[in-house]
Parts: sequence; C-alpha cells; structure tokens
Amino acid sequence: MSCCGSPSSYEESLEVSRLIATRLSAFLATLRDNAYAIGLKEGEDAAALIAAGYAERPGLLRSALKHLFSARRSDWDKFDGLFDAFWLGKRVRSRSVTTGSSKAANSPSLKSLSGTERQSMGGDSPPDQIPSDEDAPPQHGGEGRMEGASAADNLGDTDFRKMAEPEQIAQAHAAAALLAKAMRTRLTRRDLARRRGYRLDLRRTIHANVHHGGVPIDLVKRRRKNKPLRLVVLLDASGSMSMYTGVFIRFIHGVLDEFREAEAFLFHTRLAHVSAAMKERDPGRALDRLSMMAQGAGGGTRIGESLHNFNRGHAARVLHSRSCVMIVSDGYETGDAALLGREMAALAKRCRRIVWLNPMMGWDGYAPEAAGIKAALPHVDLYAPAHTLKSLAALEPYLAKL
Amino acid sequence: MRERDQIAEKLSAAGYIADGELATAIALMQLLKRPLLLEGAAGVGKTEVAKALAAVHGTELIRLQCYEGLDQSAALYEWNYQRQLLAIQAHRGSAGEVEEQIFSEKYLLERPLLAAIRRERSPVLLIDEIDRADDEFEAFLLELLSDFQVSIPELGTIVATTIPHVVLTSNGTRELSDALRRRCLYHYVDYPDVDREARIILARIAGAGASLSLQIARMVESIRKEELRKVPGVAETLDWAAALVGLDVRDLHDAPEVVHETLMCLLKTHEDKARFQPEVTARLLGKVA
Repeated sequence: MSCCGSPSSYEESLEVSRLIATRLSAFLATLRDNAYAIGLKEGEDAAALIAAGYAERPGLLRSALKHLFSARRSDWDKFDGLFDAFWLGKRVRSRSVTTGSSKAANSPSLKSLSGTERQSMGGDSPPDQIPSDEDAPPQHGGEGRMEGASAADNLGDTDFRKMAEPEQIAQAHAAAALLAKAMRTRLTRRDLARRRGYRLDLRRTIHANVHHGGVPIDLVKRRRKNKPLRLVVLLDASGSMSMYTGVFIRFIHGVLDEFREAEAFLFHTRLAHVSAAMKERDPGRALDRLSMMAQGAGGGTRIGESLHNFNRGHAARVLHSRSCVMIVSDGYETGDAALLGREMAALAKRCRRIVWLNPMMGWDGYAPEAAGIKAALPHVDLYAPAHTLKSLAALEPYLAKL
Repeated sequence: MRERDQIAEKLSAAGYIADGELATAIALMQLLKRPLLLEGAAGVGKTEVAKALAAVHGTELIRLQCYEGLDQSAALYEWNYQRQLLAIQAHRGSAGEVEEQIFSEKYLLERPLLAAIRRERSPVLLIDEIDRADDEFEAFLLELLSDFQVSIPELGTIVATTIPHVVLTSNGTRELSDALRRRCLYHYVDYPDVDREARIILARIAGAGASLSLQIARMVESIRKEELRKVPGVAETLDWAAALVGLDVRDLHDAPEVVHETLMCLLKTHEDKARFQPEVTARLLGKVA
C-alpha cells in the first residue's frame, strides 16, 4: 500500500519497498538488542502490516507493531519510546537501551571482588538464631554433599573476602557454580523418591479395560504430582557486601541454570529483576549484562523498600506455595527498619520458607545487632552463615526437605 | 485503516468501552491470524474483551478455563466410556466390529478445544488464565495453535474446519514460555482512566447518572493510588456503583456515611478495610469534585 498503487513506474516502487525493507530490518535489530524476542515470522508479519496500509499514520503503525513485537509487560512499556526514537528521531532515555554484551560496561562494584578488608562492628555474643542443620565445624559424614565443591577442597573453609588472587577467586566461582548444580541433582532425586501416595484413577481404568469388555483387569493409578521447589534469590549488592557479591552472582547463575524454576533479584537502593540477564549461558556475558542493569550498586541498602517493591510488583507472579526465598544480605539497613519488619512479615505469608544468608555471620564476634536484621529475624525460618563454600553446601539438605 | 475503525465502532455498539489500541489489536488478529494474549491485573476486564469480540464477529464464545492439572481429556476430547461399555455389552459381535463402532464420532465427547475447530463459523476461543495451567499443557496448546489440527489415535487426524479467533488471558501467576508469547499478539490491559471508567459505569449500570459515574470513577481512581493489598478492579467498581445506585445515592458528598460503609464492595482484605478509617474516606471524598 505504501508503495504500490501509484502508476508512476514499477522500478520506482520496487526501490521504495526495498528501502522500507532495509529500514524495517534495522528496526528489528534495534528491538532485538533491547531483548525483544523476535523471529523471522514476526518480520514477515510486520512487512505484511505495512503492505496492508498500517504505515499511513505513525501512531497506527506504532500501535500495530507494539502488539506484534511485545511479549511481556516490560516490552509493552518501553516500545513507544524505542519506536519514536527510531522512526521519528526523538530522544529515548539511554538507560532503557540495553545491549547484549558490551565491553564498556564499567560498573565496577559488581566485578571487583577483592575489596579492602572491613572491620566487623562491635558485639560479643556468638551467632545465634535458628541454627542450620549443621554449622561449619563438624564434618558430618561422607554423604557426597560436597561432590561439587570437592575440586576446590582447600578453598572450602576460606572466607570469600580473604581470597585476593584472581586465580583463587576464579576457583571459588567455579566451585560455587558446581555447587549449585550438585544441589539441583540431589533435590531432584528426593523429589522422585517422594512420589508415592497412589489412588485409583477410575476413568483411566475403565478406558484401559474397554478391550477386556469392561472387566477391570489392568488398574491405572494416579499419583500426586509434585510441584518443583522454586527458589527465589534476593541478593544484596550494596557497598557493604561488595566482597561477596561476585561469588554469589556466580552461585545464582549456577542455580538459575540448573533449577527449572528459579528467579533472581538484585537490590541495593532499588530492586532489579535479573533473571533474564542471568540466563545468559556464558557467565562473563551474564555479568556484563547484569552490571548494566544494576546501576547504583555498591551504594547504601534499602532492604525494606526493595522488599516492598518485590511484594508489590513481583511476589504474585514469582511466589507460590512451594517457594523458598533466599535473601543474601548483611542486614545493614540504611532505610527504615520498621518497614523492613513489616515487609518481611508480608513476605513470610506468601512463601514456604525464608532463608537469610548472612556472610557476616562467619566473622568472629559478629552479632545481629543492626536494626535492620533485628527487625527481620523474627520472620526468617533459617538464618545461616554464607561466607565460605562449605556454609553454602550445608544449605542443600535443608532445601531438599522443603 | 478502515477495518480498524469499523471494529472500534462495533465494539462500542457491543457495549464494550475499549481503549484506543484494542481495536488495532483485534484488526491485527484478523489480518495476521495470530492469537491475542491479554495480560493485566485481576479485574481489569480481560475476559470481557473476548465476550466483546464474540459480539463484534457475531459468533459463539467457547471458553476454556485453565486450572492446575488441566489435561487433554478435559480440554480437547474424551471418549464416552460409559456408552462404550454399554455398547460392548449389548453387541457381542466380533472384536473388530465392536471396535469400529465404539471408536466413532458418536462416542466422542467434544471438549472446548476440539469444539472450537469444528464449528461452521469461526467462534471466539477464550483460553482463560493460561498461567494457571501446567507447562506441559502450554506446550500442547502451542502445537494446537500452530497447526489447528488434532490427532485422535483411534479416529485419525481432525483438521480444523474453521480457524477460531483465539484470545488468551494471563494474570501473571506464572511466567509464560517465550515460545507462546512470541506466537501471540500482546496487549496489556491496564486499569481504565477516569473518563473511560465513568463511561463504563454509565453503560453498565442503569440509573447511574453522568455526574455520579464521574464521581465514582474519580473516587475509585484515588482509592487505587492508596497503598492497598488488593487494588480494586473494574468489576468491583461496577459492584460499588450498583450498590450506590441501589441505595439511592445521587451525589457522593450527600451521603459520606453510605459511601464509607459501601466501600466493602471495593476493599477485599481485612488490612485494607482497617486502613480505610472514616477520615481517610472523607479525605479522598474531599478531593473528588
């Protein structure tokens, strides 16, 4: 429609349609860079739309393409900006443009792992609260729980923040990824073992016995279907956690890779949903994408506010009755501690378990004195240390029981 | 586009007050033969879109409500086992004959998906709350939506006589697969703005005058801005409007106590109810011109 119809000349119209095609494919490339999932078929359909006369008015074309190319709310919300920027030459806020990978990603706080040593804050009482099934010291039998981490045996006990050399850090990362994988396999095995509780399925039994003339000879039974455990990780990426974020990001990457149902969020002064970025196979690229999303990481922490946003915006979609929320944070709340308490209470109602991993718990003489952690603890089911690979591994039996 | 404007007209004739872009979405559904995926919070009128669409096309609406554990036999087809058994008992012919007979159309129970592809005239197929169904069902649906044919092992392949207009809705309790999302057109249904909500009330509630409708819409909008656990949807607004009209309220300012007491139509959790003390209601009411 945009080209044909005018009797001028065939070649001219051919030229116009070729131009449109090039322009359109450039637009598709822009969208793909912005994490829109667009296949060949969508491109064809877009061309069909233009041919059908939808290009007569920009508003109409924008609305049509928006329906065609969007797949989720985030796409839907940012489409207008991208469209205007591309076709009408208006400015778009540069932040919404996120490309797959980029060398220029210079959000250092996520990547720099070996921070300076920090002194723990005062406080003498030993770590208390709900004990994990086994704390660090005793070696509870060769259950093969460390099957993943054994490759880096010597690193098992080392505090993440004491690892300074790049090799060591890399090793810790690999071990964390392996650990996540091992956790997954073990959880699956337990899941299968629990699948009992048979009942007779009458309908299928009758169906299966039609060829016996209705005499029920072969019985068909019904088994309960198990919902897989869903793991939702909320990782604190604030300045006070900077020595740990690297390892945990690697751990989360492994978890997302292996668990069929897992979601990850990052928070500092605000909350970012990072599952999509973390699904990138290559951890390096995932980290690149992540650092672009996590602008402002390394600053203060507003745990309460971040949880509030989580409860309001994501919880309904992400949580179900067999969800375990894992919060990795040191609990230094720079915002309102009372809000944190309220939001934790709300969160506790929605999910099965809340596990709070606190890397600082492994420090000598650390006590949960900070106002934030004090407000949160009553709602936490398991409060455990997470400063070494071993302490991470100790979580697995707990998760398996859920 | 002409079709688009026609559709917008027909939608309003059907009593559905659409936002501007929905007409485009429906025109595209026809043009590209793709299903439409509607997302949005509970109670914003997603299901209503399908009903309006059926009215626009003047066809039947076939609805498949999804739930956890929904399987093929509830969604697609099932054999009528009781009748089959009866037939077996009654006939006593050779095995081949009996089999021929009991696996025929006569013993087949149509479920919504099969029904939708065997109509003379394209119906509207509403697959409601697809996010509640399991992943496996979603994958199966994907296959059906691309081929529009069903193979029944005992009977052979049934090819669609007509392609239905498919509308899927999702509340977002589970993340849908990318494959399904890509196949569909996407439309996000948001809470209506004041003007549109007022028109909806006016169209739906007999006896609600223009000024009362506008007041109600404004009030609901300001209630939505409060920190609520459960934000009221359009259905709740309509309930409330009906309640107010039923109690003979002509102007919200005339009867603040009635307004406060009837807020139970909108606020559905204890916490929300507790938060809305009379002062809060009065404050919000004060903002409504």
